Amino acid sequence: MALAPRLTASLRRVALSPRPSPLIQRFSPICPVRWTSSATSEPRQPDAEGTLKNAPAPAKTIQFTAETYPNLKRHSKFAKLTQEHVTFFQDLLGVESAVIDGLSKDASEDIEAFNSDWMRKYRGHSQLVVKPGSTEEVSKILKYCNDNLLAVVPQGGNTGLVGGSVPVFDEIVINMQRMNKIRSFDEVSGILVADAGVILEVADNFLADKSHIFPLDLGAKGSCQIGGNVATNAGGLRLLRYGSLHGNVLGIEAVLPDGTIVDDLSTLRKNNTGYDIKQLFIGGEGTIGIITAISIVCPQRSPAVNVAYFGLESFEQVQNAFREAKNQLSEILSAFELMDGRSQRLVKTVTGKKRPLEGDHPFYCLVETSGSNTDHDSEKLQTFLESVMEKEIVSDGVLAQDQTQLQDLWSWREGISECLGHWGGVYKYDLSIPIADLYTLVNDTRDRLTKAGLVGEDDSYPVVDVLGYGHMGDANLHLNVPVRRYDKEVEKQLEPFVYEWVQKRSGSISAEHGLGIAKKSFIGYSRSPTMVALMKQIKNLYDPNGIMNPYKYI
Amino acid sequence: MSGLRILVPVKRVIDYAVKPRVNRAQTAVETANVKHSMNPFDELSIEEAVRLRERKSPPVDEIVVFSAGPPKAQDVLRTAMGMGADRGIHVVVEEKQALEPLGVAKLLQKVVAEQKSNLVILGKQSIDDDAAQTGQMLAGLLNWPQATQASKVQVEGEVVTVVREVDGGVETLKAKLPMVITTDLRLNEPRYATLPNIMKAKKKPLEKKTLSDYGLDVPPRLKTIKVTEPPPRQGGVKVDDVDGMISKLKELGAL
Repeated sequence: MALAPRLTASLRRVALSPRPSPLIQRFSPICPVRWTSSATSEPRQPDAEGTLKNAPAPAKTIQFTAETYPNLKRHSKFAKLTQEHVTFFQDLLGVESAVIDGLSKDASEDIEAFNSDWMRKYRGHSQLVVKPGSTEEVSKILKYCNDNLLAVVPQGGNTGLVGGSVPVFDEIVINMQRMNKIRSFDEVSGILVADAGVILEVADNFLADKSHIFPLDLGAKGSCQIGGNVATNAGGLRLLRYGSLHGNVLGIEAVLPDGTIVDDLSTLRKNNTGYDIKQLFIGGEGTIGIITAISIVCPQRSPAVNVAYFGLESFEQVQNAFREAKNQLSEILSAFELMDGRSQRLVKTVTGKKRPLEGDHPFYCLVETSGSNTDHDSEKLQTFLESVMEKEIVSDGVLAQDQTQLQDLWSWREGISECLGHWGGVYKYDLSIPIADLYTLVNDTRDRLTKAGLVGEDDSYPVVDVLGYGHMGDANLHLNVPVRRYDKEVEKQLEPFVYEWVQKRSGSISAEHGLGIAKKSFIGYSRSPTMVALMKQIKNLYDPNGIMNPYKYI
Repeated sequence: MSGLRILVPVKRVIDYAVKPRVNRAQTAVETANVKHSMNPFDELSIEEAVRLRERKSPPVDEIVVFSAGPPKAQDVLRTAMGMGADRGIHVVVEEKQALEPLGVAKLLQKVVAEQKSNLVILGKQSIDDDAAQTGQMLAGLLNWPQATQASKVQVEGEVVTVVREVDGGVETLKAKLPMVITTDLRLNEPRYATLPNIMKAKKKPLEKKTLSDYGLDVPPRLKTIKVTEPPPRQGGVKVDDVDGMISKLKELGAL
């Protein structure tokens, strides 16, 4: 699951303002270029004035996934949708708006939003969208589909970056948006129980009123749904502090393809009774069942938040700073983000904003602390800042003096993603790499592309630059190659080079974006044949007919 | 002529991004455990003073930053010194005995005399009380020329040219030093206090004083009767589908 880029990153920290949703970005035209790279690429983004510079002629349509991946063939065992099927769903759900029927009438406009993803990169041919309103309805839908061999794709907010939530061929879309109730919240334990279709920001605002915080935050929070977040095991910005969903999710209610309702909506922190089956649904990307509700433990919201921004001379110093931060800030450290100098220069070029630090540094870090006591935090932070300055670990730095500065500093990290799309496209890789080698990959990739004569200042070179940023605290690097156009030669240089490089260091080819359709064929770089075989056993056990989210994952 | 001696009064207020809440007794806004920072207009004043120094002509002899407020007001004085002010004066005033604009203006009049300032740059208003009176009252008490809501400031010799925003356009004023200027949002973009400068600011002198040091007794003239929040927005209605919406709109007579 992905951090969708932010349209207006600086707004992110304003808890009360509505988060720009990825859906708004649909107006962005895409580059009408064919490519089959597995790298996540982004559409062009508007610049600071909201206009697109050098925009290519907007493509009228999104390419069908089946055309992008010509090797994929529709599985012949799946039944074709008939009027009888549609009538069944209409009778089952009752409400007219709960079924979008593209079979008996032309509903292509209504269905388009469910058939394609927000990046306008993946597009399916589905003719039917069903929106169940209860777990029982999900159960009846799945049982019927399983009995009739109708393939389905579960869909939440449809904000993924790897094409996992849109159909490839004519799979029925099961959209969870109508299941949007918060079921309960216990203020003593901080445990929230809610339907899968609750939007992340709605859940977080609900918790904010009760001085709690959802242990997950990401750019797409205004659109993405918590069920989808759990199904894709989304990472995001709070992972360093609050850990992964594998730890925070206490219970799950899910429906198996045969209609069985798995009621494991436990609100217990401890429950050592047998296999922990719910973990299979977390990050399962809807391939063995549909999550209909979750229970999750939510920490207390921190009233005191501070942000500092550093310039550093080398990646060694970045590592030293990270160690110092862990050592001296310990429990109040809530984010440690890495940005290289190139990424910050590009943000400056695109946004034209004044940079927080004068001069140019090869590396930048953003450190956030959050705690319960302002005085306590400030004292710790002061000691930390003094020590990294005195030991000359950081060359320069600023500390946000107010909320506005705090948001502005964050925008230098969060704005990267949208600024990179400025030149036409981006090859994006989301990788887990042992921390000592984290940045070496960026240098190696840049050397490789430079040697191939692909990187340059003017339009004759496809590649603008090679840069890296990411969640230092999670050893998660975003390797990005902003390009002026998608180019076969660039792809050949990047793949499988990047995957092989990561494999050699036992890293992961997809840290938080998931597999979906984009990374499906590359799983072998991160998982052994034995592991993949075990995964296939699980898939076959719970979904013997293979109707759940086919053509993706493993 | 000798150089500029700039006085910049600053105020510690609830951070502008924080939603203020009224206390239970409805006597004031809740300030305990709420993030505070420097009044944004005062940041512009500091920045402008520092930029005047960077322009070098006329030379700036000293930038003194001043605040009257609770002990924590020291934080914003240190921030101001981190941005480039030379020294600070802090008159400790407890929150309960907060000064009114006239009280502040009288206090500043004394400080101006003491510091021999010839240019006072103030924020046009503080975002907590929104009184927007102190600058004007101070100019009146000192009998100095004033230019409010400045969006551009130029000093040449003894002559100060100030562009200010008014309804329907801008107005350009000229006056001779000494004078009072209040700042508006378009004046400049305040810099960050960098860590090395924050460290240096810790060693800059910060004088602690009291109202009686200035021989002032300014009892409040106003009494706050009641503070209430604006009425909450009326919640809307949720409809199930398009049909539901149409019938609801008909019911309300909108269709």
